[in-house]
Amino acid sequence: MSREVMEYDVVVVGGGPSGLATVIKLKQLNPDINVCLLEKASEIGAHILSGNVFETRALDELLPNWKDLNAPVKTKVTKEKFLFLTQSKSLSWPTWLLPKVQQNHNNYIISLANLCRWLAEQAEALGVEIFPGFPASEVLYNEDGSVKGVATQDMGLDKDGNKKDSHEPGMELHAKVTVFAEGCRGHLGKTLIKKFELDKNRNPQQYGIGFKEIWEINEEKHQEGLVMHTAGWPLDNKTYGGSFVYHAENKQVFLGYVIGLDYQNPYLSPFDEFQRFKTHPSIKTILEGGKRISYGARALIEGGLQSLPKMYMPGGLLIGCDAGTLNMPKIKGSHTAMKSGIIAAEAINYHLKDKDDLSIYEKLFKESWAYKELYEARNVKPSFSWGLILGIIFTGIDQILFRGKLPFTLKHKHADHETLKLAKEMPKIDYPKPDNIITFDKTSSVYLTGTNHADNQPVHLKLKDKDLPINYTLEKFDEPAQRYCPVGVYEVQTENNVKKFVINSQNCIHCKTCDIKEPSQNINWVTPEGGGGPKYGNM
Amino acid sequence: MKILVAVKRVIDYNVQVRVKEDGTGVVTDNVKMSTNPPDDNAIEEAVKIKEAGKAKEVVAVTIGEDKAQETVRKALAVGADKGIHVKVDGIIEPLAVSKILQKIVEKEKPDLVFMGKQAIDDDCNQTGQMLAALLNWPQATFASKIEVKDKSLEVTREVDEGLETIETNIPSIVTCDLRLNEPRYASLPNIMKAKKKPLEQINASDLGVDTKPRIEQIKVEEPPKRKAGIKVANVAELVQKLKNEAKVI
Repeated sequence: MSREVMEYDVVVVGGGPSGLATVIKLKQLNPDINVCLLEKASEIGAHILSGNVFETRALDELLPNWKDLNAPVKTKVTKEKFLFLTQSKSLSWPTWLLPKVQQNHNNYIISLANLCRWLAEQAEALGVEIFPGFPASEVLYNEDGSVKGVATQDMGLDKDGNKKDSHEPGMELHAKVTVFAEGCRGHLGKTLIKKFELDKNRNPQQYGIGFKEIWEINEEKHQEGLVMHTAGWPLDNKTYGGSFVYHAENKQVFLGYVIGLDYQNPYLSPFDEFQRFKTHPSIKTILEGGKRISYGARALIEGGLQSLPKMYMPGGLLIGCDAGTLNMPKIKGSHTAMKSGIIAAEAINYHLKDKDDLSIYEKLFKESWAYKELYEARNVKPSFSWGLILGIIFTGIDQILFRGKLPFTLKHKHADHETLKLAKEMPKIDYPKPDNIITFDKTSSVYLTGTNHADNQPVHLKLKDKDLPINYTLEKFDEPAQRYCPVGVYEVQTENNVKKFVINSQNCIHCKTCDIKEPSQNINWVTPEGGGGPKYGNM
Repeated sequence: MKILVAVKRVIDYNVQVRVKEDGTGVVTDNVKMSTNPPDDNAIEEAVKIKEAGKAKEVVAVTIGEDKAQETVRKALAVGADKGIHVKVDGIIEPLAVSKILQKIVEKEKPDLVFMGKQAIDDDCNQTGQMLAALLNWPQATFASKIEVKDKSLEVTREVDEGLETIETNIPSIVTCDLRLNEPRYASLPNIMKAKKKPLEQINASDLGVDTKPRIEQIKVEEPPKRKAGIKVANVAELVQKLKNEAKVI
């Protein structure tokens, strides 16, 4: 089947902080450059979810007059807290004893979704063509094997793949350079890393799942600018994770929880750990009398420098968390993602103008502050594989005494899908029932995400072996997809004494956790029809 | 033949609408907006009629703040030829909308005016009817099938009793039901072409229409939460509860 073709100098896949930084910088460097950006969400920002305490360093470089341009970066951090939680108590850790990377006094509490919407406006004003609602579904290659561009998803197919009346074939976008900026576990990025062996000699990538809720709370409890993090309860010593509570503007609190996807117990339910966390006395008191107004979840990168793949290939670049530039101990990735996007634009400009090889991107990246940050942060996450207590002690030594300059690099030994232990060896976890005031179930939560996928379209969560969930994963791991999915896409149902695996793909919020954690890597996340997925507001 | 289609920008149907805490309205900041769904059906039908060679031009018109232009651009991307944006800030009621549309009709001189049967934000279901009255044109509401004849339309209407087929003379107003058709997707090249199609901007104040609201909105609040249901053991218990507790039998 022949598809229509559009030619560009540069095509960027993904309208998050890294991709938007790239297109803006490209137009600043050369207004004549022909740039387009594809985004799978129905509008820019609708698939963006992040804490977010924002370090403005990259934004300062990209748009120094962002304050005059009325960027939605307004709430300066005024106060910081760090709490260790036990089941009923909390221990406040003095801020001056926190490593420098975890101090936030020059940063802002923002909605990254709103920042992206604003960045998109800046980009469009510079002449960038932005197409929301058009997922890039496949990579196109030249005969010499280099990346030629991408194709967008066909629209209007029924669930068996037949064309409906409204069928609109995808189209090919060809570019001199294609930039992949899909965010953590991008589905094209994943195939490129494999095809070009970009992760050769690197440690396996590490991931986490991050939850976020927005609450409107009582005025007297709200302290605009307060940033609080917690570690400890409800997670055990072996499970990596922690919470954030950010007091944003308009009496809102951004509340979230991140859990490392290298957890071992298949009975663990990240969603329920998050819900349970909110029942801790020091958290519950903030929320009581308030109202939950948003919910969402997204996988994030935790691997850091050891897991960072090669970021260039013939005809293409991998930027932001599609590669994995998040700084884990800093709990921040937006600034490094934007920086990697800026550098990508500079590299592309050299490439188009002076015919420099795209490998210049990695050279420029290694000379940047973003790389230096990742280098200094590299030993923190792997040290937590020894458990929370030893991890904290090591991190204190590494970050406070040596500032990340210890003369060795710890390794990530396992990919996250390899870490689950057999169900029969692990304790079941009894999670409390939701009270529908502070804690909720998945059904009422997914409702808040505004998620929808057009009816009667092909299932976008592909099983490599459709019998494996029941025949293998259920017995060995009690099918953990029932628990790691934050919106209950996966269910095991019993009908006439026969068990079957059900995929409610219309609820999928595009977090990619299943693609990462499925122990046999049996689930492949592919792009659904454009515009599907969550419709996040100010996440 | 020329068809004018009215389209409205509303909160996307997938978004959970949230009432503002002070009760003055609903939250629209950073909320995904899109075209009112039955308006998409109206555009689709107009474009289909044009593609069948029975109409020459499709004009899309919207009324609202600057961002409402997105709705017209979308209509242009799926086949409308020309767009009109009548700029009004703030709430505008169906009567004012109808009066503005009346002015646009007088200016554009279409043979048919299509629009959605109602908008999913205020659910008024009044604009088409009031426009028909103002213009003294026939109207066919809740259309699920439209056949264009020489000087008339045969329209199948979705009514409570089932389907009703009527014939109206042209010119005529038709309000469209969701069952009318399946709106097409805008393709990338068509979205780009739509950026170059003409989009005329008019200020409502220049049309000499009084858009002041006639209705005073006192308070907006969420519907009361439904109580959780209970399970009964048997029919006898159900009957007993319906009789004594619910007091409905």
